[in-house]
Amino acid sequence: MRFRVQVMRRPGIADPEGATTARALNDLGYAEVTGVHFGRDIVVEVDIGDEAAAHARVTEMCERLLANPVIEDYTVERIL
Amino acid sequence: MRVAVIVFPGSNCELDTVHALRLLGAEPDLVFHRETDLSGADGIVLPGGFAHGDYLRTGAIARFSPVMAEVERHAAAGTPVLGICNGFQILTEAGLLPGALVANRDLRFICRPIHVRVESTDSILTRNAEVGRVLRIPLNSYEGNFVLDPSALEALNDRDGVLLRYSDSTGNVGDGSNPNGSTNSIAGTTNAAGNVAGLMPHPERAVEEILGSSDGRVLLESFVSSMEAIPA
Amino acid sequence: MTEPAHRLLGMTDDEYESVITILDRTPATAELAMYSVMWSEHCSYKSSRGLLGRFRSNYPWVVLGPGENAGVVDLGDGWLAALRIESHNHPSFVEPYQGAATGVGGILRDIFTMGARPVAVWDPLRFGPLSDAHNRYLFSGVVSGIAGYGNAVGVPTLGGEVEFADRFSGNPLVNVMALGLLKEEQLVTRAAGNAGDVAILLGSSTGRDGIGGASILASASFDEDSGVKRPSVQVGDPFEEKKLIEACLELYDRGLLAAIQDLGAAGISCATSESASAGGMGMDVDLDAVHLRESDMTAGEILMSESQERMLAIVEPDNVEAVLAVAEKWEVGVSEIGTITDGDLLRVFQGGEEIASIPAASLSDDAPLYDRPARRPEDLDEIWADAPPLPDHVNLPDVLLELLDDPALGDRSWISEQYDHMLFLQTVVEPGHDGSLLRIKGTSKGLAVSTDGDSLRCFLDPRRGAKRLIYESALNVAVTGAAPYAVVDNLNFGNPEKPEIMWQFIETVDGMADACEHLNVPVVGGNVSFYNETDGVDIYPAPVVGMLGFADPMPENPPRLDRAEEGMEIWLVGPESGDDFAASAYSRVLLDHLGGRPEAVDPTVALAVVAHAARLAPNVPVLHDVSAGGLAVAIAEICIRSGIGAALDDMAWELLLDEAPIRFIAVTPVGTDLGIGNVPIRWLGVMGGNRIAFGRHSSVPLDESTRVWREAIPRRMVG
Repeated sequence: MRFRVQVMRRPGIADPEGATTARALNDLGYAEVTGVHFGRDIVVEVDIGDEAAAHARVTEMCERLLANPVIEDYTVERIL
Repeated sequence: MRVAVIVFPGSNCELDTVHALRLLGAEPDLVFHRETDLSGADGIVLPGGFAHGDYLRTGAIARFSPVMAEVERHAAAGTPVLGICNGFQILTEAGLLPGALVANRDLRFICRPIHVRVESTDSILTRNAEVGRVLRIPLNSYEGNFVLDPSALEALNDRDGVLLRYSDSTGNVGDGSNPNGSTNSIAGTTNAAGNVAGLMPHPERAVEEILGSSDGRVLLESFVSSMEAIPA
Repeated sequence: MTEPAHRLLGMTDDEYESVITILDRTPATAELAMYSVMWSEHCSYKSSRGLLGRFRSNYPWVVLGPGENAGVVDLGDGWLAALRIESHNHPSFVEPYQGAATGVGGILRDIFTMGARPVAVWDPLRFGPLSDAHNRYLFSGVVSGIAGYGNAVGVPTLGGEVEFADRFSGNPLVNVMALGLLKEEQLVTRAAGNAGDVAILLGSSTGRDGIGGASILASASFDEDSGVKRPSVQVGDPFEEKKLIEACLELYDRGLLAAIQDLGAAGISCATSESASAGGMGMDVDLDAVHLRESDMTAGEILMSESQERMLAIVEPDNVEAVLAVAEKWEVGVSEIGTITDGDLLRVFQGGEEIASIPAASLSDDAPLYDRPARRPEDLDEIWADAPPLPDHVNLPDVLLELLDDPALGDRSWISEQYDHMLFLQTVVEPGHDGSLLRIKGTSKGLAVSTDGDSLRCFLDPRRGAKRLIYESALNVAVTGAAPYAVVDNLNFGNPEKPEIMWQFIETVDGMADACEHLNVPVVGGNVSFYNETDGVDIYPAPVVGMLGFADPMPENPPRLDRAEEGMEIWLVGPESGDDFAASAYSRVLLDHLGGRPEAVDPTVALAVVAHAARLAPNVPVLHDVSAGGLAVAIAEICIRSGIGAALDDMAWELLLDEAPIRFIAVTPVGTDLGIGNVPIRWLGVMGGNRIAFGRHSSVPLDESTRVWREAIPRRMVG
């Protein structure tokens, strides 16, 4: 079973990649860009039959390692 | 005084740290990250480098190394624990120090001497220094940008947990002298008990004049003297 | 009609016939693949090998000369230094970050293959003008690739040099030099010793990256479809390399290896055949044992793979267990892939079947050797006659500011501050000086290194240009406080099948060899990079010199550009000229002109000037080589770095801007004895004030000069 974990910087926490890219887009003429936010996509493959149980395990992985709760939020989603 | 200098796969400042600590009279031992017993250590240093390649997030994987449970136990028991650069990143990931370190504001690696101003002397890192003293110490990092949310920042300031701020050579703190975009120009912090400290600049690179500065000595001397003051 | 397989692999019909003669039969697919890569220009030096014998390396302090993974010189008291230079030009054009990163990784393996700990890297770089967005992309990508790999692998980058010129737009040059230190007893060989020893592959798993990369990327020229070559670029993993370094150094320390060889171009083919043939042995290799990244790889792919961060260790059977344990400790991948055999055959097995059986030495020793035709360019006399059109008068302040704004003359800390140049607590003189100086901790010894290239001057006169490079590099290490001790060279040229390019190459080799002999400096290693052309346009000939200087004792307080103080006197040491403007910074930046003939160097004068600089270094605060930009730029750099102005004597503007070779500036406290014997010397002025003043009539503010100089690169890199 495969899960997509999306990790994003929490609002209010500095995101230099995002800020720099937003500036570059503004410079290219996309004046409407008011924010760019960088995150990270992680696909986790697990060998568990029950989806709810698997989801819970992956969420635990996020809490412990895949995301840093001090600066990041995450979402977990089952994918094919 | 015996200092355990922890070596993770990808650490690279461990030998420099040993060199500097020896110069200051301590007895450093290299301890591989798989060790689970630090009982002989009077102090612990997590040196700079790229533990586990800095993959996932800097420090994120290293904090689960077998040795880290023992580091946490020592930290709780009051043993002086110092994290330099990557070691600082690992201590924040492990939750022993607040905040986190992210990519520099200009998205470029920075290797050059910078100035920091001593903000508090209530820690193992600054106990021999004076508040307001300006030190010239090399910075060497890509992810040196210290971040934490406003409420945590307030709490940190309230308990005098900021040890060092980036400044100019005369001690003025401001955007112009903030090399990497760190929140409030924070370059180093301590925990509430004052026995766990971390900083982004490399004091071990500033202990001999022939290398350009010896301003790092006062910080490492503080660490060494704190081992004598705080029994293991 | 389909092309025959050997041609698709870049092999000529004649070369294919040679293979048939060696084997006395038609080669099998895997065999043909091995010959095609090992006989490529990149691996075999088939166009240049015959000429490189001009370089002399048999000096008493040379332990190992050219032909080894790295040159090794003796520093006394049991200390050895290993050094090497390499190019990663083509891969860096295709993918700048990974190309430059894997260049660093590759050269470090050459160094620790010798048993040495790599202690420093230098990066000589050449790009097209920064006015072009793609050149900026390449420049910034290459610098971050070097930083990303070098910093993370934990080897400091102590400098390099950079040049920007139109002919590098299509073909940037990314060279990398590395230095390692070891004790005598740590020196290891690649020569396999005894039958029954086990060949162990250490490091990354073998994947499809860089299949045939050595021949495809390094031996063919670029054209418009270079985008399709992208899959051949290898991806570097500095973390894997760091673990591999520590694991290998532990294996050496514990004496567990009989021999070791790194895997670079041509991967397993090259490493197994070189190890076997160097030891006069054979080897049986089992491809099924190789730890792979993808399970469905063909024999050819496994043999040719250029996956990074791999080493081939030869281990006596009794030590295999211990070697596997060290690999496990450092979390380094490992597989036992072969056995050393008597005889000279390299036999490769897959699925229990023998798929190749060839004389190991034939891959290297029987490689083709070409004596390519050379011809002096027809327009050379015309070029020499086209001297720079100099004006009668110039406005010196304006000219100086324009020169300081040039990205090759301005502040290059935009580059060097991205590199960790302080690791190992050894850097005594950091990047931004004529050379860098590092101490060997625990000894009184110091090593200075300078890398130098000057493609425009070499284009105008390759022989004179090459000689000047050697002398300039020698002077650079001398003003840093060390005596020239050994040279490595990286010869970057265009397409050697063109006689004019071959002529440039031969002239260069002759010039460098002559100058090195005059200086009594061995050439201990080198690299040749041909086919640096895009769409038929060849690069300017770009020989690059890496000069190692040695000092024992090392000066305790070596000269630095920031040690000038108010009231100190400024001296020019070395011959005066006033008319050497061919390929000068003034001609390039102000006149946009390339023509004329550079002055030759008098070797006797050069020797005297270099020796004198090395003698002065321990006692003089500032010594600075005069090169691009002439006296004006050299003095401005001292002023800017020391934060003090200068008042210069009245002198003709030509004296301030020409670039006559082999001169340096000394800044000294009043009354210092410069002890000049037969070396010419001239008083230039005094340090002081907040302006750089040219005589009584014109001057430029120091703060404006400083601002312009600092912004030369950064202002071009925004947007």
